[in-house]
Amino acid sequence: MGEFKVHRVRFFDYMPAAIRAMAFNRRTERLALARADGALEIFNFADNYFQEKVIPGQDGRAVEALCWVGRRLFSAGLNGEITEYDLENLRPRYTVEAYGGPIWTISAVAYSLSGCVPCQVGCEDGTVKMFEVLEDRIQFQRNLDRQKGRIISLCWHPSASLIAAGMMDMIRIFDVETGRATHRLLVERGVGASKSKEVVVWSIAFLSDHTIISGDSAGKVQIWDGLTGTLARTHLVTKWDVLALSVSQDESSLVAGTSEGTVVQFQFLSSTLDGQNKDWVRTRTFKNHSHDVRALVHTETAVVSGGMDTQLVVRPLLDKVEKNTQESAMRKMAFPHRSLVCCAKKAGLLLFQFPDHLELWRLGESDGHGNPGDSLPVKRKPEKLIQLKRKGEDHICCSALSPCGGWLAYSTVTSFRLYRLQNNTISITKVSKLPKDLRSAHQLCFSTDSSRLFASSINSSVVVVALNQPECKYLHTLKPKSGSREPVHLLFASEDGKWLATANTACEVQVYNLDKIKLHCTVPVYGSCPTAIAIHPTSSNLVVVHADQQIFEYSLVQKEYTEWSRRLQKQGLHSLWLERDTPITHVTFNPKHPAHIILHDMFMFCVIDQSLPLPEAKTRLFNQMILRSLPEPMRILHRHAFKMCKTFQNLMCVRLLEDHSLVVVERPLLDIMSQLPAPVRQKRFAT
Amino acid sequence: MAALYEGYTLCGLAPAQNQSNSGVLGVEAERDSDHVVVTDSTRSVTLYKVSDQKPLSSWTVKQGQTLTCSAVYNPQTKEYVAVSDGKVSADVWRVHCVAGGEPVVLFKRGAVRLLDALLSAPQQPIEEVLAQEESIRWSTNIVTESQQFAIFTTEQKGDHFLYLQRLNPNTLQRYRLEREEPGLSPLSFSASYRDKHIRLLYLYPNGHVYQSVVSERGLVTDEGGQAFPLPRSLLLSLPVGEGLLEAASAQALDEAHIAVVGVPHPSAGSGKDFLCIWNTNFQTLQAGKEIAGKIYGQLWSFWNKLFIPHGKTLSVIPYECPKSSLASALGKMRQVKTEGELEQICSTATTFDTAPVEEVQREVDLLLSRTDIQDLQPSLGQLASTLVSRTLQDPAFYTPSSLAQLVHTRCLCHSVCPDLVLLALERKDYFLCQLCLQFFPDIPEAITCACLKAFISLEPDGVSFMETLIARERGPDGLLNGFSPTSAAEYRSDGLGGGGTRAQQDEEMTSPPPEQICPVGLHKAVLLNEVLQTAYSDSFLLPHLKDLSSQQVVLFLQYLQFLYLKYSQDAFPQTHGLRSPSLSQILDWVCVLLDAHFTVLVMTPEAKGLLVNLHSFVKSQVRLVSELGKIEGSLQELNKMTAKKDVGQYSIEIIELF
Repeated sequence: MGEFKVHRVRFFDYMPAAIRAMAFNRRTERLALARADGALEIFNFADNYFQEKVIPGQDGRAVEALCWVGRRLFSAGLNGEITEYDLENLRPRYTVEAYGGPIWTISAVAYSLSGCVPCQVGCEDGTVKMFEVLEDRIQFQRNLDRQKGRIISLCWHPSASLIAAGMMDMIRIFDVETGRATHRLLVERGVGASKSKEVVVWSIAFLSDHTIISGDSAGKVQIWDGLTGTLARTHLVTKWDVLALSVSQDESSLVAGTSEGTVVQFQFLSSTLDGQNKDWVRTRTFKNHSHDVRALVHTETAVVSGGMDTQLVVRPLLDKVEKNTQESAMRKMAFPHRSLVCCAKKAGLLLFQFPDHLELWRLGESDGHGNPGDSLPVKRKPEKLIQLKRKGEDHICCSALSPCGGWLAYSTVTSFRLYRLQNNTISITKVSKLPKDLRSAHQLCFSTDSSRLFASSINSSVVVVALNQPECKYLHTLKPKSGSREPVHLLFASEDGKWLATANTACEVQVYNLDKIKLHCTVPVYGSCPTAIAIHPTSSNLVVVHADQQIFEYSLVQKEYTEWSRRLQKQGLHSLWLERDTPITHVTFNPKHPAHIILHDMFMFCVIDQSLPLPEAKTRLFNQMILRSLPEPMRILHRHAFKMCKTFQNLMCVRLLEDHSLVVVERPLLDIMSQLPAPVRQKRFAT
Repeated sequence: MAALYEGYTLCGLAPAQNQSNSGVLGVEAERDSDHVVVTDSTRSVTLYKVSDQKPLSSWTVKQGQTLTCSAVYNPQTKEYVAVSDGKVSADVWRVHCVAGGEPVVLFKRGAVRLLDALLSAPQQPIEEVLAQEESIRWSTNIVTESQQFAIFTTEQKGDHFLYLQRLNPNTLQRYRLEREEPGLSPLSFSASYRDKHIRLLYLYPNGHVYQSVVSERGLVTDEGGQAFPLPRSLLLSLPVGEGLLEAASAQALDEAHIAVVGVPHPSAGSGKDFLCIWNTNFQTLQAGKEIAGKIYGQLWSFWNKLFIPHGKTLSVIPYECPKSSLASALGKMRQVKTEGELEQICSTATTFDTAPVEEVQREVDLLLSRTDIQDLQPSLGQLASTLVSRTLQDPAFYTPSSLAQLVHTRCLCHSVCPDLVLLALERKDYFLCQLCLQFFPDIPEAITCACLKAFISLEPDGVSFMETLIARERGPDGLLNGFSPTSAAEYRSDGLGGGGTRAQQDEEMTSPPPEQICPVGLHKAVLLNEVLQTAYSDSFLLPHLKDLSSQQVVLFLQYLQFLYLKYSQDAFPQTHGLRSPSLSQILDWVCVLLDAHFTVLVMTPEAKGLLVNLHSFVKSQVRLVSELGKIEGSLQELNKMTAKKDVGQYSIEIIELF
């Protein structure tokens, strides 16, 4: 089929931040995840664990705890503030100072009959503060009795009349009505040298039968009787800290995360056959992390864990899911589900997006040709042209580089910046006069001729500005007819400048006609979120790939699915294709071969040749090795449309340059690991 | 593990004249676990308090009337229901009542009515469900969470059927039981309900206990009255002793245990007067109890108590069936020997105690001619130790070939007859020693060492004694341990004795270096080889090895050196037909010998050459290993070359897609 010259790039030092807190909304099946840099991510567990939304972090915002109240998301942190997030505009909605010093924990009642949902925070100064969640804000209600020592963890009793608070060396139970502490449970300190150290009750759970479960810094998981305030059982699970606890909804299973990176499961089981005398029994230990497990969620079927090693791990419980299905496979989510790399394909430039800066690199060059498998001598090394530090304390949420390499834009939740680049002299000039409609963007995209900039804005709208030197001018705002308020997370401008396609997290894909400046069509809504979209340069077919790995091709001319797309849907995608667990994050086309679609996920890139037969269920999907070993005439017999290449791993980006060479940006997980701090020391054999 | 406790008598019985039945019509549960209602076959119903073994009250029907089925207690109304002279609207088979259900009347022709319904309209017509010549054999009543069932089995011309009558709404299912051997009808039935299934347990006279499982919800009723085949599984195959079982009964106690009465105890002969609890999961006998007097094949169980009429009494035997584990289930004997075998073994044992050598030999021949010799393993051990102890007591008595034959069955081990090896050594029966070393897996290091010592210091006359033994009494195999009588004649030699063998002569012709000449004769070598192949543990062997004299050690080391050199050559000339030790076994022995005697050997002038040689072996081995290490290193490099090369921060590569 063909040879590619590949620029294999490994100098993007992408470093995800540690996971600090998680909260799972069982109703919407959304997992909210907070990272150490203050960034928030929302994963849709009902849609292949797709990372739907990302709210960029902010300097000084250290989220310590998250909680859902209905569809609303709150966080509290060591900056002493409670923040509610605007999940439609992907930014904090407001922030309330709790006036109690750093906040360690936040907890809301799971459901409330009265309609006014109380929400609580535990503070450094020893107070538990109650807030009332109103429609548009939260309001301080009162303090529970102030205690000596910080409140580290909180958990409501399901009846909403009691609260258990984990503190230093003790647990307290409060009566919410009176605000008085009713019980004081003393937690034993560790033995030996740690005897003199206060024990921190990192996490606490309050079950409906008044059992209290605590995890502490002495490595213990303790089961207490909350009615009498007595200790029922102690499980020593680690030499270090038990940092997180999570209980299944039916209260039959419990997981505890430790500093060793292990997650220990306990189950409420009966030791005798008759089902009497149930007890919390330690059952399983999972080791999926190299570092502290800081955040844990026990869903109905899986244990979701995250921590210092930055990876989000979904570990299905094999007694809850059908074995040997896609559902039973463990997932590790290491990379964001969107691209942090932008490529100027005419200029051969790469733009890397970091939370606090951007890096612009020029690719290297080689001369001569080689045979497949060869590495060519690098004549000119790649070069970092610019490192641009962001202004303000908000982290960068999106960035773009124009195809010609002459424009660079980035946005935070509060500001937008556009720069003019002169590559030959390596100079950068900020465009100072920006239209006021262009204040912040969720996603940015330049037209192929670099004359237009598209910025996705509030309520699924797209702002179009014209780029002329030395300024830029607001043209118009494109709005969908659906009235959706969900943010647009994908933008694609067609090669001929006629079309602009957008996709939002409500799974809507809109195509605008840029000549007529109006909505051209809305692609029929499919139940899974689009992860990548692209419009074919000659046929004007729109290719949409979804989180459930389905691929659709929609003709913009006929306003219907193409013949190939129907064929693909009719025959169905190969099971191995559907079982991949990372989303396709980019789609592009090869101008040399109009029938080729190039797409990639984290572990492979694939060229789909629409002129070849689709692989059938029994066909070997990954057949490149076989084809290589066959003589040319035989290959034709075994060829199918999906040409998958796994030579490159941990892919952040695959792009086709104008000279038909490929750029692959790899970020080996080992490199990320090597930059993590040392894990807790573990005794290994012979050390 | 299930257990049967000490039983006690509930009441006396008045069995029929010919003792064909016990005189008990039925035992039924009453208000609680301590009360039962016993109906006798004449005219009376008696309520007993079980723990007091005492009747609380009794009723008798009028003179001339008889009770035709056992009286039942209806806990809802606190009434007793009995049928006299078998008649309501039609002939009644039985009345059933269990806790949680209403009393049910089963008519002889298969119709079923609730008692209330029957009493409210006593003259109602009662239909005939059963075919001509079909009659009820057994019935019961089960109440599940949602339904009440009347269950009964019938027989029609040798075929047996199971009827499942659901009440409210009434539906009837008919199943055909699979036929057992011709002419065999089930002796007893028992039904239980568990996990939404009704489980029917039934015992045949040939000792087979089957279970059939029917779902509570059942199949769609077929109006045509077609009998579905009833699938069954064989739960147990009980030993029946001589003949078939006659009066026996099996009762399910829980999911894993059944109680059987009227079946022989597997290890107590063919008498059928036993009550046993078997675990059906592991097929093991859990508890057994002899029951005095005639057994009528009747058995009831309520609240962990078994009620058994036997002889002229009705006994209560409490039992316990805790959840079984494999370990507890294995506590009791799994398979069983018949009385005949045991008798034969006992009589053989008596023979061994007294009879002369020839008779013992005959007995052993007879015993070993049996085909089921493996099953007799424990008994064989007993016999062998009897034989050994007699030989130890009586210096004139020795039966080498019998012992050899017993050892050869591979049913013996050292721990079964611990004196055997030492006895063989004492009697200089090296052939037996060799067999023991070969077949006993558990010879202690002390005994191994004693054998070694004896073998090394074997004088030529000792060997010739052995040879005569072999010549006289060939073992069961022509070639034992490469040690056939012909080859023995051919290779008669001993290094110490100085007699030249042909092999040695051959070697001498090519005049090999001295260490390549076997330092011991063939027979001695064979015996030593056997020692080399026994299992041992260094730390236990070492102290015993110190007992060897330095001459013995030197000779043994020379032999080991010889073996080592032979092995180092391409083909070991003696491997054919010989049980040869492996190279690592040889080296291990060299090491342990050197460990035990190093200081002595250093001081012994004769050992000097030997030690120098061994040292050079070690040196050559070390060199070999280091060369191998180098090769491994180079091969690994090769491996690395094919492995993926490390990619730096940036490269430009060519790939090809097909």
